[in-house]
Amino acid sequence: MAAVMQEQTKTHTTTASNADDASQYLTFTLGNEEYGVDILRVQEIRGWHQVTRIPNAPGFLLGVLNLRGTIVPIIDMRMRFNLDKVEYNPVTVIIVLSVETANGRHVFGVVVDGVSDVLDVAPSEIKPTPEFGTTMDTEFISGLATVGEKMVMLLDIDKLLRNDELTALTDTTATAL
Amino acid sequence: MAIKILAVDDSASMRQMVTFTLKGAGYEVDEAEDGKQGLDKAKSGKYNVVISDVNMPVMDGLALIKELRQLADYKFTPILMLTTESTDDKKQAGKAAGATGWIVKPFSPDQLLATIKKVLG
Amino acid sequence: MSINMEQFHQTFFDESFEGLDIMESGLLNLQNGGETDPDAINTIFRAAHSIKGGSGTFGFTEVAKFTHLLETLLDEMRNGQRTVTAHAVNLLLESVDCLREMLNAVRNKTTVNTARVAEVQAGLEALLAGTATPAKLTTVAAKKPLAENSGWLIRFRPKPHLLTTGNDPYRIFRELAVLGELHVEADVSALPRLESLDPELSYLGWLIKLKATVPQSAIDELFDWVRDDAELSIEPIVPAAHEPAQRQGGDRRSSEERRAATSNEGTSIRVEINKVDGLINMVGELVITQNILKQLGENFDISRLHSLQQGLSDLERNTRELQESVMRIRMLPISFAFNRVPRLVHDLSTKLGKKVELKVTGEGTELDKTVLERIVDPLVHLVRNSLDHGIETPDVRKAQGKAETGTLGLSAYHKGGNIVIEITDDGAGLNKDKILQKARERGLVKADELLSDDKIYELIFLPGFSTADAVSDVSGRGVGMDVVRRNIASLAGTVDIHSEPGRGSRFTVRLPLTLAIMDGQSVAVGNEFYIVPLVSIIVSTQVKAGQVNVIAGRGEVFHFRNEYLPVVRLYDVFGAKPRTRELKDGLLVIVEGDGRRCGLFVDELLGQQQVVIKSLETNYKRVEGVSGATILGDGSVALILDIPGLMRIAQQKQVA
Repeated sequence: MAAVMQEQTKTHTTTASNADDASQYLTFTLGNEEYGVDILRVQEIRGWHQVTRIPNAPGFLLGVLNLRGTIVPIIDMRMRFNLDKVEYNPVTVIIVLSVETANGRHVFGVVVDGVSDVLDVAPSEIKPTPEFGTTMDTEFISGLATVGEKMVMLLDIDKLLRNDELTALTDTTATAL
Repeated sequence: MAIKILAVDDSASMRQMVTFTLKGAGYEVDEAEDGKQGLDKAKSGKYNVVISDVNMPVMDGLALIKELRQLADYKFTPILMLTTESTDDKKQAGKAAGATGWIVKPFSPDQLLATIKKVLG
Repeated sequence: MSINMEQFHQTFFDESFEGLDIMESGLLNLQNGGETDPDAINTIFRAAHSIKGGSGTFGFTEVAKFTHLLETLLDEMRNGQRTVTAHAVNLLLESVDCLREMLNAVRNKTTVNTARVAEVQAGLEALLAGTATPAKLTTVAAKKPLAENSGWLIRFRPKPHLLTTGNDPYRIFRELAVLGELHVEADVSALPRLESLDPELSYLGWLIKLKATVPQSAIDELFDWVRDDAELSIEPIVPAAHEPAQRQGGDRRSSEERRAATSNEGTSIRVEINKVDGLINMVGELVITQNILKQLGENFDISRLHSLQQGLSDLERNTRELQESVMRIRMLPISFAFNRVPRLVHDLSTKLGKKVELKVTGEGTELDKTVLERIVDPLVHLVRNSLDHGIETPDVRKAQGKAETGTLGLSAYHKGGNIVIEITDDGAGLNKDKILQKARERGLVKADELLSDDKIYELIFLPGFSTADAVSDVSGRGVGMDVVRRNIASLAGTVDIHSEPGRGSRFTVRLPLTLAIMDGQSVAVGNEFYIVPLVSIIVSTQVKAGQVNVIAGRGEVFHFRNEYLPVVRLYDVFGAKPRTRELKDGLLVIVEGDGRRCGLFVDELLGQQQVVIKSLETNYKRVEGVSGATILGDGSVALILDIPGLMRIAQQKQVA
């Protein structure tokens, strides 16, 4: 499990409460865009590995993988967000995410182009998502963060998990912690 | 050398409580579920004190005490009966079998410890 | 020292509920005219005794008080002071129910039906006060007020054998000294000459002057244990008054309801010590093998290949033995599930006015704890079904020339990696015509469709099916046989029925011995591998020309042993890319699930192996047609097929 430490953001000169609330995000790339995912949800990062197909599953669900004895579903993020498909190459990475739900812990993996940095982002640096009208479904973006020159789209992983029917939970009582 | 106590009772919760209490006071404790097990354990180990319930399957407490007293190692060992009946005849039966004394259930951990201290020289 | 007693509560509850079960079956045996075998009564007594002792120790005084009454009754019975009457046994059975409620209330911190408890308690007390030869229960030594005198004179002469009781006068002196100032004079008059001195005997006596203003009880206490083994006098002597002990005697709700409320979801398991010891040995061997392999790995060259192979073979053996042993730890005898049945039969047969004899065999047959826990409900339902719809009333039976008492058979045995449970009755059997009619009414069967007898009986497993004229509150509560089958299927098991009108019925439940591991047959469809549960495979065969026909409305069927089985093209159902679509170039695996059969078309058969079943639902969700996944030797994942689900999908595709 990725080490979790809340650090005070260094690039900020706001009130004390804000400084304490800074979160860390693991950023990754899909095409030209950068996305971020709460580091508390990141279990590990693995290189690309052949998956076992699940019959009659949605297209973006590539299949399942064996992660140290546990069966973990793998999602292709490009397909999920309707981006162009690319060939997987040695840099292709699977980010393994872990989410707490009412039914316990769910682990699943997402295939991305590559991993970038871990960023500290304070709440005040997060802007609401504008109505882009892009090819991408903005429903799962919890906000935009501008850190330095980069604009990172922060993913709401819990929502992604629920809405994608990645679990048997079809009701909205699943509350991510 | 640590004091070794053998606790014989067919009730798991009683054994747990007795073991926990005695271990907490620094004694070494072994358990048995019935008289036969108790006798086997007693034969293969040397206990300073034996605590036994009366009503147990396979071999009851009275029979166990009788058997223990036949063993050279346990001729003088304090053997305490755990009994819920405080009637005279039960105690007499126990004494007749060779018991040192008795502890009446229900008892508190403190009472148990006090009694054990009492029988240890 | 204060100890938190709560840590022992769970164990106490577990063993108490077990004890109550033992009491119940023992009492039922007594009731059925079982010999009033002293050992049997003793067993019931001991269970009550344990519960009383434990509840007292852990502070559940109401339970202790209540149980004390039972214990007293049972003690009198085992001592021959009281005859075992039907009334008493019934009352005791009711008490067991009450105790279950009380213990549950204590455990879940809820309240109990005090009126009911009081009623049963009154019954017990009345019984006790009635016909028993009175025996003193508790003697309470009256506490003497603080003595006016300044001390006590104690004469203490142990009998010679005192030391062999494990008592030592020295300890008594030590404690007396704590009470006050001691003056001790030894009387050595009985001391023999040294050469005839037996060191194990006690020859001394003492005159003790204790200067202490303590009540006599304080001194009495110290001599409690040795009183019978010594001459003792304590002056001033005041006789302790013995107070005679205060003697502390329905609408029986269905025991099933009560049982449901008390169902112990136990997350613990009792294991026999020798099973654990066996495990420890095997782990030891495994460690040795591992060390050998490690060494080989460190200095390996090809000349040591044979040793390596030997080591690997040992490893395989160790692992397999360890696996079998560990699985056996989760195994419990099916008696735990069967134990519910006698009470159920007793209650139901009384309620329905039927006479039923229960015959149980193979209750020692072991199966996995989880399977055991989950098979109880379906089992109970099947038994109820037999009692309700199967076995007839004595009049009807007599009119048919049958014995008035019907027989319900419950048996279990191991067969080929599974456990088989049979519930048989010599009742009326299933009514074919009624079933067929009902099925036609519900549109489950087409009006002109011809079905074999077996197929008709299978219809009762369809959802919503109930031929009960009125929903009998016993078994027809909308919980149909389809739920039973589904529950059993969720355990990777099967249930089948065989019936003969007028003669009776037999339900056969087959369950895997363990949920975690399964024997599987690997099959290939193109580049994908799937596992077919071996238990569901009847045979695998090549398809020859002419064996497969296409029937309008039913698709492809394969002629197999007097039936026509649907052909399920796995690649089609799963959207895979097969090596071949020609039936004659692949293989047909004839499989069975939920009483139906089909032929699975695959490219080829690979090996058979034991697979560890991993859940897909932990991180994903249930996939129709797939019962789980497993990890193959190369670390990749293979899906395990769910035959009934597959057939359902195939059928739906057919209809579409």
